[in-house]
Amino acid sequence: MSKPKLALYWASSCGGCEIAVLAVHEEILNVAEAFDIVFWPCVMDFKVKDVEALADGEIDVCLFNGAIRNDENAHMAHLLRRKSKIMVAYGSCSSEGCIPALANFTSRDHMMQYIYHDSPSADNPYNFEPMPTWEVPEGELTLPKFWNTVKSLDQVVKVEYYLPGCPPEAKWTATLVTAAAAALAGKGELPPPGSVIGNTDTVCDECPRERNQKKIKRFYRPYELKEVDPNLCLLEQGLFCAGVATRSGCGALCPQVNMGCRGCYGPNEGVDDIGARLISGIASVLDADTDEEVNAILDTLPDPAGYFYRFSMSHSMLHRTDIGHTLQRSGDQG
Amino acid sequence: MSENGKDFDPVLVGFLCNWCSYRAADLAGMSRLGYPPNLRDIRIMCTGRMDPAWVLHALRNGADGVLILGCHPGECHYVEGNYKAIRRINLLKRTLKQLGVEDERVQLHWASASEGVQFAEIVQRATDQVRALGPLNWKRNLQDSSDLAAAAGAHLAHEGA
Repeated sequence: MSKPKLALYWASSCGGCEIAVLAVHEEILNVAEAFDIVFWPCVMDFKVKDVEALADGEIDVCLFNGAIRNDENAHMAHLLRRKSKIMVAYGSCSSEGCIPALANFTSRDHMMQYIYHDSPSADNPYNFEPMPTWEVPEGELTLPKFWNTVKSLDQVVKVEYYLPGCPPEAKWTATLVTAAAAALAGKGELPPPGSVIGNTDTVCDECPRERNQKKIKRFYRPYELKEVDPNLCLLEQGLFCAGVATRSGCGALCPQVNMGCRGCYGPNEGVDDIGARLISGIASVLDADTDEEVNAILDTLPDPAGYFYRFSMSHSMLHRTDIGHTLQRSGDQG
Repeated sequence: MSENGKDFDPVLVGFLCNWCSYRAADLAGMSRLGYPPNLRDIRIMCTGRMDPAWVLHALRNGADGVLILGCHPGECHYVEGNYKAIRRINLLKRTLKQLGVEDERVQLHWASASEGVQFAEIVQRATDQVRALGPLNWKRNLQDSSDLAAAAGAHLAHEGA
């Protein structure tokens, strides 16, 4: 009997997820033993034509990391979807947009303008900008078209499982891969499609720090505090922590080293919008009773939307910024 | 209902607390006070139960504005529910601003059970403000972008085959 086939791909991502796959350590040997790796451009020499040569549905499991932000990402997502039985949104980018999707706070035109012309470090005397096509004497050069909106994988193709995290913790990768291998060998069952592979509760539930009912008069950036109490809830010390609304599964790694949870596992089970949840959670520690007092405290929390949707912008309930104007201006896919 | 220019009739969703503002709305009705019919009232037990996600739901699904109305500070039936609302809604408004939603689209006001007149004024003022801002159109925008993406997907799939 031939081994089940595994594919890994990165779209708009940093490459951290690829490393996270290897962080399963010796478990990777079991993966290599249980699966035939048919596509993994980061690690092995495969070409897109190798995937195209496969029959539809021939890949058993595809771990797809990275958000979808250009035509090439979307093309690969559609191609791998067609060739795969189980499509896994691996990591925060493909699950809910992650850092790339923070671009959804602005528009493509605005980004291009800033990056290539307005930023202090821009040195662009000829006013170059990347073009989708360009004529040179040798012929036409092309670049994938850059989208105005960064999308999560499930906004482009159907996804069976989500494995959030930036990057996902190795134990969940191992859980998924072993479960898939067992199921494909007929020795086990996979969770229902649409499931998130991970815990259902919040980072607070895993966090060993002590919580009281203390309220705060201002927020601090980590460098503004001389000392952080290692045993007391970070939020109660004025440090922004997204643990109250973030899915657990990481073992509260960040809070344990005095760094507030950043929210990379996305919202916990049953939450529609992590931002709304965080607003409730964060507002509950404010020691203020009037608009003025509240706003004085909130002035010390710059960029609240950036904090709340740092990893989940594509999945936020209001997941487009410029409302209509952007669409009309750029005139193509949202 | 036209969405351009003067004909635009905004849709406002109101979350009214059971103990004060909903009764203010009742009083406004019983007193035969005239105010714009644009507000869709939803009765909640307390503004302290107001989940910011409800505001997002309303805006996403077609509301042009959201009004949250509760008891005056210090008069909450549950002692401090409206203080919770002050903290929450102010933070929500800051977040929404970054997402491109204007300040006037989400408003938190107080109206006690005897303030039918004030309630009518609040609704009148908020309706005028949102009408001046124009439609939010979030739903249509979401629809547009996903349709375009689907079309692009079909095109790409065809190309790849």
